[in-house]
This record gives sequence, C-alpha cells and structure tokens, in this order.
Amino acid sequence: MSVALSQRHADAAAANLSAPAPRALALTRLTLADFRSYAHLKTTLTTQPVVLTGDNGAGKTNILEAISFLSPGRGLRQAALADVTRRGAAGWAVSATVQGYDGAVDVGTGLIAGDGVAAARRTVRIGGTAIGQQSRLASVAQVTWLTPAMDRLFIETAPSRRRFLDRLTYGFDNAHARRVAAYERVMRQRSKLLRTGVDDPRWLGALEETMAEHAVAIAAARRDAVFRLEGGLGAGTGAFPAALLAVEGWVEAALDRDSALVVEQALRDKLAQARPLDAETGGAAHGVHRSDFAVRHADKDMPAAACSTGEQKALLIAIVLAQARIMAGAVGAVPMLLLDEVVAHLDRRRRRALCAELRALGAQAWLTGTDRALFADLDGWAQFFNVSGGTVAVETNGLTS
Amino acid sequence: MRRVSSGGPEIERLIQLLAKLPGLGPRSARRAALHLIKNRDAVMTPLAQALKTAAEQIRVCGVCGNLDTHDPCAICTDISRDAKTLCVVEEVADLWALERAAMFNGRYHVLGGTLSALDGIGPDDLNIPKLVARVREAGVAEVVLATNATVDGQTTAHYLAGALAAAGVAVTRLAHGVPVGGELDYLDDGTLAAAFRGRKAL
Ligand SMILES: [Zn+2]
Repeated sequence: MSVALSQRHADAAAANLSAPAPRALALTRLTLADFRSYAHLKTTLTTQPVVLTGDNGAGKTNILEAISFLSPGRGLRQAALADVTRRGAAGWAVSATVQGYDGAVDVGTGLIAGDGVAAARRTVRIGGTAIGQQSRLASVAQVTWLTPAMDRLFIETAPSRRRFLDRLTYGFDNAHARRVAAYERVMRQRSKLLRTGVDDPRWLGALEETMAEHAVAIAAARRDAVFRLEGGLGAGTGAFPAALLAVEGWVEAALDRDSALVVEQALRDKLAQARPLDAETGGAAHGVHRSDFAVRHADKDMPAAACSTGEQKALLIAIVLAQARIMAGAVGAVPMLLLDEVVAHLDRRRRRALCAELRALGAQAWLTGTDRALFADLDGWAQFFNVSGGTVAVETNGLTS
Repeated sequence: MRRVSSGGPEIERLIQLLAKLPGLGPRSARRAALHLIKNRDAVMTPLAQALKTAAEQIRVCGVCGNLDTHDPCAICTDISRDAKTLCVVEEVADLWALERAAMFNGRYHVLGGTLSALDGIGPDDLNIPKLVARVREAGVAEVVLATNATVDGQTTAHYLAGALAAAGVAVTRLAHGVPVGGELDYLDDGTLAAAFRGRKAL
C-alpha cells in the first residue's frame, strides 16, 4: 500500500508546477437552525477572514463549532449531537455554501429528531445528496481549528493529540478521514465479537485483516503528513517557534523497517495473539488507535509539554500555519482556519505576525475575541461581526464590501 | 391527542403504509396518496393490480437468492449462462445493477447483507453456508466477490476468501476502480464494467 495522495491532490500538486494562486477554501453562506444559542441565523460572506467580537458567552464559539461540523467528526467541542440542539428544539441543522476543492457546493449537516420509530441520527448532505458517510466531508474542504480547550493538548492524553494530527492529515490526503472511520468501525466490530464470546477464528481473522489493511494506510498517511509538516516547520516562521514532530506508534515505527505488506501481516498476527486479552479489556492491544503525536520545541530542545503555556500555544499556531502553507503549495488550496480566542493571548509581535501570515495565505480564518481593538491589523480587509444575545450583526466600521 | 388527516381511516391507512416505503416521509406519503386518488384509473388501479400480482407470484430463488416469479430463477435456469463462474453480491439490488451493466455472464449468489457483529449479523444469518455448499457441489471454477467497497463489505470478502480456500476454486475480487465506500447499486455501468474486467485474484 502506498502513501499516495488522493488523485485530486496529486493532480493539484503536478499542476502546481505552473503555480496558479492557491484557492482559499471558504464559506460564502452560513445558515444555522436551532444550533445551541441560535434559533435561526443566516449570513453571506466573502472568502476573506471573518472576525467575531462580543462578550464572553455571547455565542461566538457556537458559530465556529457549527462550521467545524462541516468536517468529519463531532466538531470542535467533541460534543454529543443531542447537546448541540437549542433548548426546546427537536434537532439542529447547519448548512453552508462552501468554496471547496471542486468549486462552490452546498453542504449541510444536522441532527434529525427521532420519531418514536427511528432513533435520532446525524445527516450529511453534499450538493443536495444525502451522504451515508460523514467522512466524505473531508473531500469538500479542510477545516482546522485551535480552541482554548486545546491549550492543554500537549499535557493531555494521547487521543486528543492523535485526533489533531489526523485532522491535519485530512488536508494532505482527504481519504484519510474515511480510512480512520473505517478502522474505528472494524475495531468496534471486533470488540463486540470478542466481548460477546463469539469464538469464530475465521470471522475474527477477517476483521483483523481489514483492520490491519486500514491501520497500515493510516500510519503511512500520518508519517507522510508529519514529514511534510516538519519540512515547513524546521525553519520556524520568525515569530513562531520551529518544531520537531514525530508520530509514535508500533505500526508507524514498523514502517521504517519493513514493507507495508510485512507490517500488515505482523499486525494481524499480534491482534490474533491478543484476542484473549482484548476480550477482557474490551479494546485492542495493538493498532494505530494507540499512536501519539510528539512535538518538540526545536530551539529550546525540549518536549512541548515541558514548555510554558505561551510557548505551547505558539507551537500549535506554528503547526496550523505550516499545514496551511504546505497545503497551499502541495494541494493548491488553503484550509479554513477556526481560531477561537487565539489572538488575545498573543503578544503584539506574534499578533502582527499571525495577521500577516493569514493575509499572505489568503485564508478564510475565523477569529474570535472580546476586544475589537486587538484585530486592528485586519482592518479594511477582514469581515467584522458583532455577536450578542443569539444574533450576529455586521459591523460596518472596518467592513470591506 | 393526535389529529389524523381529514380524509377518514382508509386514506389515513394508505398514507401510513406509503410512509413505510424507503425515501418517503409522512409529507411525501400524503402527496403520493393524493396523487394516487386523483389518478385512480391511470395509476392507482393498475398499481394495486401490479402489487397484488407481485405479492402472489414473486418468490426468492432457492438457489441464488434472486427475486423472480420462478424458483429457480430465470438466471439460474438460463443454460446460455456460464455455471462455472459465480458472482457473490450483498443484495438483490446489486445483482440488478450488474445485470444492467450486462458485463457478467455467469450466475449469482445473493448473501442478504454483510457480516456485522454490531448489528448481530453472523455467517449463519447470511447465505454463506449455502454458498460454500453450492461451490463444492456445482463444479464452480471461479467465485467473484462483488461485495461493496465498504468496511463491512471488505471484511465479508476476507471471510468468504477464507471460507472458500479449501474448496479449490479461484477467488477474485472486483478491481478497485470502484470508489472505496461505493455501493454497486450507485455505480454507473462503465465503472462496473471496468471493475469486472480488472478483477484480481485473492
Ligand atoms: Zn437463482
């Protein structure tokens, strides 16, 4: 199995030799219905950055969360779908017109309420067609985010770092989202079989074969993403620190020594041996769901977790910006960036550097904050909105159009 | 208290039954019911007759799992078709899709789904024991696994490859011109034909 980019990305990379300006992935319309504090909201936008200002609790993050649901997963709060529903409503919906990899497309997602017969369920529509697998959202556009909750990313447990790396990887290889979803499903199938004591070695073997195939492809895509990211981070970006990255896991490391086929077979053997143990724990002792994303501060030569809170945040910003730059070059598309409460915690030098970088990228970044004055570097260019009490108003002062 | 539609219990029952059809919600079921009633002679009566005939005469083929008015079905009894090649599909809809593409001249075996521990579907809930017996008894030389390119379809294909390993047949899989996650029923004929031509040994 190869590390190949998806075809579209490979084509874009080839076409990039003649370097057309990268396309900013962006929303030109966003509509919310019964989403957290919003009964109904509809805004039209240009592809330029969006600044949302307002008091704490005004509902700024809710808007970013709504956008994050237009990518695979449970959004930037990792919320239970029912918790997103506005109080008193039965379900919620987010829909948008996305300037995606293939031009403008309408994308919608939401929770359809159960009716006593059918359970409540998430729906995803792309271009007016219902899509069974939400992982396909990754083929429309890339959405990357930084939130205050991620300030603890480097000192938390591995799953959140792994999710962060996987999300960055979608941008280089959008089939990665589908593979991760497939891997998680087949792992659940195996756990259920082991837990219920079904002793069918052929069935378990078939599940482990599928699991190993996806595991190797996932590990290869992560390694490729880390390699690319590090290329963009080695030099640092002036204001933001240089970083050393690694993906740590048995499967990823095994790919250093052996071919994909050999690693696949070795993982199948390990899983088969671990059946009795896994039947007890309910998990899987081996696989890419146990990998970790390791980040080191290059200049300080220390692990990110040992750095100050401020430097940890700067490292995260450096990684997200590096991904955007590398995507622009390799894929010809700049991801949407959701930067929740990021600006307020930067000193003036880094604030200016961030704004300059966003401007150079031409990214549709969504920035939130309480203090309008901190966004002065974006005056005359970004779209400014004031958020309060479940409504969003265009702020005429500073709006470009 | 729930108010029913103002058309009386017969119409309400019609709407409730229509709403059970895939793709029809309560609102579109009401529209369909109105359309039927307004077009009694052109649509409703012929439809009722067609439903009655189908309900009485269509049965599941005891050999392959296809639907037909005869058992065994027309495909299983067609002597111009190659009885040495079997194509394994998940559902009858997939069999129909392959027949539309007119690429395959062997016979079929409909599994009736995919293995899924999460949904409580095991090998004995699918037509797998029957497949293994059929391959052993009917002199089959090649089995083409045409399960969908979903993760459960993939696992089912691995399972079948294992189950058929001892039967002495060539087992092949549709080539992956089929987009991953793609279901045969939704593929165009050209893609299906290419997938068939490019099938690979397992
Ligand atoms: Zn038949």
